[in-house]
Amino acid sequence: MAKMTVEDLRKLREKKQNELNKRDINGKDCQVIIGMGTCGIAAGAKVVLDTFLKVLDEHKITNVAVTQTGCMGLCYVEPTVEVLVPGMPDTIYGKVDADTVRKIVVQHIIDKKLVADHVYDRPSADIIKNGGR
Amino acid sequence: MHVFLCDFLLDIVQNSLEADSGTVSILIEEDRRMIRFTVADDGKGMSEETQAKAQDPFYTDGIKHAKRKVGLGIPFLKQTVDETGGEFSLTSAEGKGTTVRFGFDMMHVDTPPFGDLPSTLVAVFSYPASCEIVAKRSLSTSLGSGKWEVRRSLLLDALGDLRSSGSLVLLEQYLRSQEDDLDAIRISHDPEIR
Repeated sequence: MAKMTVEDLRKLREKKQNELNKRDINGKDCQVIIGMGTCGIAAGAKVVLDTFLKVLDEHKITNVAVTQTGCMGLCYVEPTVEVLVPGMPDTIYGKVDADTVRKIVVQHIIDKKLVADHVYDRPSADIIKNGGR
Repeated sequence: MHVFLCDFLLDIVQNSLEADSGTVSILIEEDRRMIRFTVADDGKGMSEETQAKAQDPFYTDGIKHAKRKVGLGIPFLKQTVDETGGEFSLTSAEGKGTTVRFGFDMMHVDTPPFGDLPSTLVAVFSYPASCEIVAKRSLSTSLGSGKWEVRRSLLLDALGDLRSSGSLVLLEQYLRSQEDDLDAIRISHDPEIR
């Protein structure tokens, strides 16, 4: 790819926005928070970030907020990811690798089903507290 | 232990991003033999006593994690630098800021691989902090020299946000195009077996 200027970047963004805004419903108000402390980085959190961007892009979802936080206190199951999706319990997934990211995007964000094997915190507490919303 | 040199960069930059900094400057300077990183901020800085403690794995300031007894970012880096004949320095003044410099001999057989700079900088620029971040990259080899520079404020202006997955995908493309532009002068660092 030729070296882009900031102006190229701005134009590309405007073009993409016009193309995608109309059909971009899957990721609305969704947030993915990746644990990027020293423990997370050592366990491969950057691969998790890269893969989220890649898989969301493959599914033409552009509006999921992808952010980072430090250690969530679950160093033993890093990389960890907190996923906030309207209508779903706030969920912390652990031992997340590229395959798990794919499952989180397809099952959790798009199909609204938990990726049960990787749940390490939150859902049950939320379900009890909020009456299984 | 971190797998890539870029993982150390990401880890150390976060300290600056969390130090109430106005501007964080990142230099990545690569020549025929060495890759040197500088992470400088104008944040809250550290006393001499804290600077020494920050290099101890069994020290943390307890701000982020109240009962935590370890802080491994700088100790991990120092350990790898020590094991591979690299360079490390930390200078800081309270209320003025901190500068961490570290360099790796790419010919040393135990030096970790460089890693993926564009995607590392996506993580840096999208970190939830409001300060300016300036990243400057230079490469100088027997084939020539080249450099590029990016600023968070310009990226934010062009992309509107540095948070949505769509913006971050474009940011990655942009940063990769900067790094790919250096391909013509890139050389491989084949470690010396001594």
